[in-house]
Amino acid sequence: MNTIIETKDLKKYFQIGKNRVVHATDGLSVTISDNEIVGLVGESGSGKSTFGKAVVGLHDKTSGEVWYKGELTPAKFTPADYKKYSTEMQMIFQDPYSSLNPRMTVLEIIGEGLHLQGGFSKADIKERVADWLRRVGLQPDHMSRYCHEFSGGQRQRIGIARALVLEPKFVVCDEPISALDVSVQAQVVNLLGEFRDTLGISLLFIAHDLSMVRYVSDRIIVMYLGALVEIGQADDVFFHPKHPYTRLLIASNPEADPEYERKHAHVPIKGEIPSPINIPPGCRFAGRCPDVMEKCHTVTPELIMMNDSHGAACLLYD
Amino acid sequence: MKNQNDCVLDVKDLKVEFDTYGGTVKAVRGVSYRVRRGKTLGVVGESGCGKSVTVQAILQLIPMPPGRITSGSALLNDKEMIGMSAKEINTIRGREVGVIFQDPMSSLNPTMKIGHQIAETVKVHQGASDDEAMQKAVFLLEKTKIPEAAKRAKQYPFEFSGGMLQRAIIAMSMACDPLLLVADEPTTALDVTIQAQTLEVMHDLQKNHGMSIILITHDLGVIAKMANDVAVMYAGQVIEAGPVDDIFYRSAHPYTLGLRYAMPTNIEGGHRKLMPIDGSPPDLFKPPQGCGYYARCPFAMHVCEKHIPDEFTISGEHFARCWLQHPTAPKVEGKLDLFQVGHTETV
Repeated sequence: MNTIIETKDLKKYFQIGKNRVVHATDGLSVTISDNEIVGLVGESGSGKSTFGKAVVGLHDKTSGEVWYKGELTPAKFTPADYKKYSTEMQMIFQDPYSSLNPRMTVLEIIGEGLHLQGGFSKADIKERVADWLRRVGLQPDHMSRYCHEFSGGQRQRIGIARALVLEPKFVVCDEPISALDVSVQAQVVNLLGEFRDTLGISLLFIAHDLSMVRYVSDRIIVMYLGALVEIGQADDVFFHPKHPYTRLLIASNPEADPEYERKHAHVPIKGEIPSPINIPPGCRFAGRCPDVMEKCHTVTPELIMMNDSHGAACLLYD
Repeated sequence: MKNQNDCVLDVKDLKVEFDTYGGTVKAVRGVSYRVRRGKTLGVVGESGCGKSVTVQAILQLIPMPPGRITSGSALLNDKEMIGMSAKEINTIRGREVGVIFQDPMSSLNPTMKIGHQIAETVKVHQGASDDEAMQKAVFLLEKTKIPEAAKRAKQYPFEFSGGMLQRAIIAMSMACDPLLLVADEPTTALDVTIQAQTLEVMHDLQKNHGMSIILITHDLGVIAKMANDVAVMYAGQVIEAGPVDDIFYRSAHPYTLGLRYAMPTNIEGGHRKLMPIDGSPPDLFKPPQGCGYYARCPFAMHVCEKHIPDEFTISGEHFARCWLQHPTAPKVEGKLDLFQVGHTETV
């Protein structure tokens, strides 16, 4: 399998005020292969979205590298870079209400990318938009409507069509289903899975619904406070988590199974994710970790591989 | 639930409408459910199915007009709540019934210290002095596991995180030891880890105080964790209700079943394809003549189009509004049974 995306020690900091820096994404090295879906989970504020946006160039990188198909992408995208990479990498956003311009018709929204790329006649654009509307399960005659005429699930399909109309090879899906009802979530997730199979695209699927992430993903990455804490095959991470944080995160996930929930009365994880402004030395999770040791407060854990795909950044395995 | 005294809130055939420019929306079309003393009733359903409107109408939290209760009754400890005067309902809200809303940030006053906001409830309903009320506020914050409660009580809402705000609101709603706590999507805006903390706080309070809870959510996982009884709502009606195990393991309505098929199950190595429910809920401006789920139901029959199904008792307290449960209906149990449950495996 070929690597499509490789990040090397990717960092994105935000300067707020003079001496305060938010360490949103703090050194992630990850590879994503062709035709692979990688799930990215973590609490709010763990830097998942920042990472996704930095990979597709929507955020300038503070340091580190992102390689696309063996080619180094620029640290700061210029308009020409956006044009070049928009046919390669795209993004689907979380909120299907605020991510679509209410003053544009569906044709304008989906066709805008084609229009900006140039080289497409009006009839061409119309034809492609109609085709994509059909592929995401809408009607071609929907293209003259505005997005307030659609439900949340339908809007998210429009967002998917907009991302895929330029036929990218890699798509970042930033919480594409968290604003949708359960019955509609399955529609969107199945649609994404279908496109992976038929178009051979790779997805970075950012979400906080762990069951759904396990369902969609081949591999799962767990982030905490800007750092990678665990990575591995989806079932390995979900059923045999190594890092105490992953274990607690998965145990917090309520199962739709009353008998299971009665049997597994567990103690919820203590405290809350600390501020990413002043990152403590040592392990970032030390303050909330039930298995914390003396050295966790001073030594920063490196990623330790358990087998060729499953690794955890925890001193328990040192 | 047979014993009347065991029932804290008894809602019967409640109907709520809204007048809008586009016409009249029949948001709640004859909802009946009961909340048992000291137990949790989980109410599930899609957005727009009327699950929140039902309780808001009972508590008169809906402006009327444009809202209107056209029929029905709601007995809180045998007291009729529909048609109560504003003065009467004010003695119930906050005292006998506590409410928690989805968005903790917008349900608090941003210009008032947290402690004062909680103390206000105590002063209004229990006539406590300023000092007593403040002490009670700190005590309540401690009970909802907020660290350094005395210091936190002097802070403003913006200084709290989402999870802590939600716990502060729980503290406020518990201020007068309510009989019933209405939690409308209390954890939807929170992370799973913080959700687990919040649910645990609610669970502990219920154990210690014996209040009943109406938990409104769209997350079947939260229902499985918290509820004793479940009411599944669709298009303004309760389409299936009963004890939690009956709803999950012996689902009798195709919609309930559809919801569970649409969710992933965590069985190691297992990979069942998710089955979405196609289509969308009916337009409640012109509600369908028959079953609300007719257009999306894989088992729909002719009778479903024209006639609203009766409540068919499946066993004990478990009932479903579905013509498939009629004695003369074709048997589809084999298909209804496809779903594997009770084998969830995780750490």
